[in-house]
Amino acid sequence: MFRLEQLKRKCRARIDGEMTIYNAATLKDRLASVLDDPRQLEINLANVSEIDSAGVQLLMLAKKHRAGAQHALALTNHSPAVLDVFETMGLVSYFSDPVVLTRTQGDRHGS
Amino acid sequence: MDLDPALRTYIAESRELLEEMEDILLRVDQEDDKQESLNAIFRAAHTIKGSAGLFGLDHIVAFTHGVESLLDKLREGAMPVTADLIALLLACRDHISDLVEPLESGMGGPGDGLMAKGEDLTTRLHALGVGARSALAERPGVPSVTCADDEVVERMAGQVSGDNWHISLRFGPQSLRDGMDPLSFLRYLTTLGEIVSVRTLDDGLPPAADMDPETCYLGFEIAFKSDADKQTIEAVFDFVREDSQIRILAPRSRIGDYIELIKALPEEDLRLGDILVSCGSLTRAELDDALRMQSDMRAQSMDRPLGNIVVEQRMTEQPVLDAAIEKQTQVREGQTRETQSVRVDAEKLDRLINLVGELVIAGAGTALNAQASGDTVMVESVSTLTRLVEEVRDSALRLRMVQIGATFNRFQRVVRDVSAELGKEIDLVITGAETDLDKTVVEKIGDPLMHLVRNSIDHGIESPEARLAQGKPATGVLRLNAYHDSGSIVIEVADDGAGLNRERILRKAIEKGLVQEEQHLEDQDVYNLIFEPGFSTADAVTNLSGRGVGMDVVKRNIAALRGTVELESHPGRGTSFRVRMPLTLAIIDGFLVGVETSSFVVPLDMVLECVELNAASRDLSADRDYLNLRGEVLPFIRLRTLFGAEGAPPRRENVVVVQYGGNKAGLVVDRLMGEFQTVIKPLGRIFNQVRGVGGSTILGNGEVALILDVPGLVRQASHLEPQGVAATA
Repeated sequence: MFRLEQLKRKCRARIDGEMTIYNAATLKDRLASVLDDPRQLEINLANVSEIDSAGVQLLMLAKKHRAGAQHALALTNHSPAVLDVFETMGLVSYFSDPVVLTRTQGDRHGS
Repeated sequence: MDLDPALRTYIAESRELLEEMEDILLRVDQEDDKQESLNAIFRAAHTIKGSAGLFGLDHIVAFTHGVESLLDKLREGAMPVTADLIALLLACRDHISDLVEPLESGMGGPGDGLMAKGEDLTTRLHALGVGARSALAERPGVPSVTCADDEVVERMAGQVSGDNWHISLRFGPQSLRDGMDPLSFLRYLTTLGEIVSVRTLDDGLPPAADMDPETCYLGFEIAFKSDADKQTIEAVFDFVREDSQIRILAPRSRIGDYIELIKALPEEDLRLGDILVSCGSLTRAELDDALRMQSDMRAQSMDRPLGNIVVEQRMTEQPVLDAAIEKQTQVREGQTRETQSVRVDAEKLDRLINLVGELVIAGAGTALNAQASGDTVMVESVSTLTRLVEEVRDSALRLRMVQIGATFNRFQRVVRDVSAELGKEIDLVITGAETDLDKTVVEKIGDPLMHLVRNSIDHGIESPEARLAQGKPATGVLRLNAYHDSGSIVIEVADDGAGLNRERILRKAIEKGLVQEEQHLEDQDVYNLIFEPGFSTADAVTNLSGRGVGMDVVKRNIAALRGTVELESHPGRGTSFRVRMPLTLAIIDGFLVGVETSSFVVPLDMVLECVELNAASRDLSADRDYLNLRGEVLPFIRLRTLFGAEGAPPRRENVVVVQYGGNKAGLVVDRLMGEFQTVIKPLGRIFNQVRGVGGSTILGNGEVALILDVPGLVRQASHLEPQGVAATA
C-alpha cells in the first residue's frame, strides 16, 4: 500500500489501494517517515482505488508540511478516484499551487 | 446618527466618480494600454457600490455589482474592450447616475421606468457573463491544472449572476470517526444545486507530529447555487450540527454578514477573506470593504496592522499577498488623493471671498490715509501690506477658479452620442482646456454651451455623404476653444460644416415677419437673425435641437451672465460661435475716474489708454461724438452728459479709451484718479434698468463709486452715431 523508492535526487512513493479512515493511521506513519526528507517527494497516486476525507486530509497534511519546510511535493498520476474527490473538494489548484510546485510538475497533473 | 451629511458626501463623491468614469470610458478605446484606465473605472464603480452598501441603497449595490463584474472581467483580460462594450458601460454609468441623483431630493427608491431600464441593462450584462460561461463549458477535459484560469471565469460568472449561497463548514473533530465524511456532505449538496466553487481549508491541520489521522481538521468554504430554501440546505448538515460550525449565508447577503462570518470563523481574517474571494462569494473589492469596515470597528481596540500579520503568519500564498498589496495600494492612493484636495463648502468659500473683499476695501482706505498723513514709514509699511492683500485676494479668487477643461470634456460624450444618433462622423477638438474661470461662471455656462454644441452637430456638420460630395473629409470637426481676452474669457464653438444658409434664414425671417421682403441686409445681419426668439431653420425637427427654443435662449442666458455671443459663418466652410464671459463676478482691478464730485470705476483690463481731450479736438467734436485718434475714428461718450452731471466741464477733459469685443470707444471724464482694486457689489434689483452701470463699490474713504458697464457703453457708442443723426434730424 505504501512503497518507497529512494533515488538520488528524489523520494518516489506510491500508494496503492485505499486511502480511507480505515488505513489512515498506518498511512500517516509511513508518510511521516519521508515528510522531512529534503529531496523532492513524488507521490504516485495511480493505484489509489478509493479515497475519503481522511485520505485527502493526509495528502493536505503532506502538502502543508512540505510547503512550510520549503520542500517540494508532487502528486502524480492521479487515479480517477483521486481526481473525482479533488474536484469535489476544490483541491486541484490547492495541490498545484504555483508557489510550491513547479510548472512542469503542474503539467504532469493535467496529463 | 444623522446620516444626512454623509449621504450628501456620498452623492457628491459618486458624481465625481461617475464623471471620472465617463471621461475614461470616452478615451479608453484610443489608448494602447488600457489596464490603468480599466482599473480606474473598476475602482470608481467599486467605490460607488461599496458606499451604497453602507447606506443600504440595495438597488444601487445590485445594479453596480453587475457592472463591476463586467469591468473585472475586462480588467483581467477575459474579454476584449469593444466599442459595443464601451457603449454598454456608458449606458450603465448613466443608469447609476440616474439612480444616485434622486437621492439628493430624498426620494428613496427608483421609479418603475428606471427599474425596467436597470433590468434591461442587467440582462445585457448577464448575457455577456453567460456567454463567457458557455464558452467555458465547451472546453474539454476534466482534470486540468490550468484550471486556475477556469476558476477565474467561473468565479466571474458566479458574480454576474450574484445569487450564490455561501456555506462555511468546520467539521467537528469526531466527524470522521463517527462516519460523517465531509465528502459525502459535499456530494449530497450537489443533489440540491450546483457547487459553484469550493475551497477546502487546511488551516485546522496541526503540525504533522501532532496530527491524528482519524480526527477531522477540515473546513470548507462553498459557493453554492441552488433554488432550495435555507431550511433545506441547513437540513443537509443536521447530523453534524452538534459539534460542527455551520454557517449559511443567503444569496446577496450584505457585506456586514460576511464580516460577522469572517469574525466568527477560526482562521485568520485576511486569509479567510481571500478564501471567500477565491470561492467567488465575495469579490476582492467587497473583501477590501469588509476588512476596512472591520478595522474601522476595531480601530479603538487597536489591532496590529494587516501587513504585520501577513509577515508573521508567513502567508506565502500569492493571492493573499496580491490582495494585501492591492489593498495597500488602494489605501495609499486614497491618502494621496486626500492630501491633494480638500472639500470645502461653497458657502464658506463665498464668505472668505466676501471678507477678502472687505479687506481690500479697508486696505485701500488705509493706503489713502497713509498717503495723506505723509508719514513715509507708514506709507512704506502700508504698501507692503497692500501687496500682501493683493496676493491674498488673488489666491482667494483662484480658489474659485476652475479650468474649463472639465466642462469641455463633458461634450465628448455629447458629440459621441449625438453624432452616432444622427449617423455623422465628428471629431471633437479641444484647445485651451487649461483656461480657468470662476466656478460660478462655469456652472452657468454649461447649458448655453451644450446648446451651441448640439446645434453645430445637428445643423452645422453635414452627413458624411454630403461632405464627401463637396470634397470635404467625411469626418467633420467640431472645435471647442477657450482663451482669456481683456478681462473676459472667450469660448469658441466652431464647426467645419455647411455654414448658415442665408436664403433659408431670410425666407424664414420674412415668413415670421421679422424683416420686410424688400429690406436689404448684410450677411452678418441675416446670420444674427437666428438669435431672434422662436427662430429655427431646421427642416426636420429632431429631438436634439430645432424645437424653436434655441439661439434666443442661449443669447439671453449668456447676456444674463454679463456675457455676449456672436457668430461668424462662411458658406461651405462652417460656422463659429464666440461666447464672451466675464472672468469672475467678484473682484476686479479698476481704473478710477471722476466727473464733478462723483467717482466711477472702469475695469482696468478694458482700458487701452488715456488721452487728453485738448481744446482743438474738443471744439471739433463739440457737436459730434467721435474724435480723431491717430487717424482712427473713435466714437466717445461724455459721462458728464450720460449721467446728467451739473456744472460746466473743466478746462481740460480726458478720454479713457476702452475696448470690448473688438470695438473701441472713448469715455470723456473730468479727472483720472488711477488704479483701484474693486470689490463688485451688485446693484439692487431696482437699478436693473439703469444703463451704463454694472455695479457699485465702496471707496477707501467710504464713498460709493459706480462701476461702468463698459460692454454696454461700447455698444452704445458704436450705435450712437446713427441715433444721434436721427435725433437731430
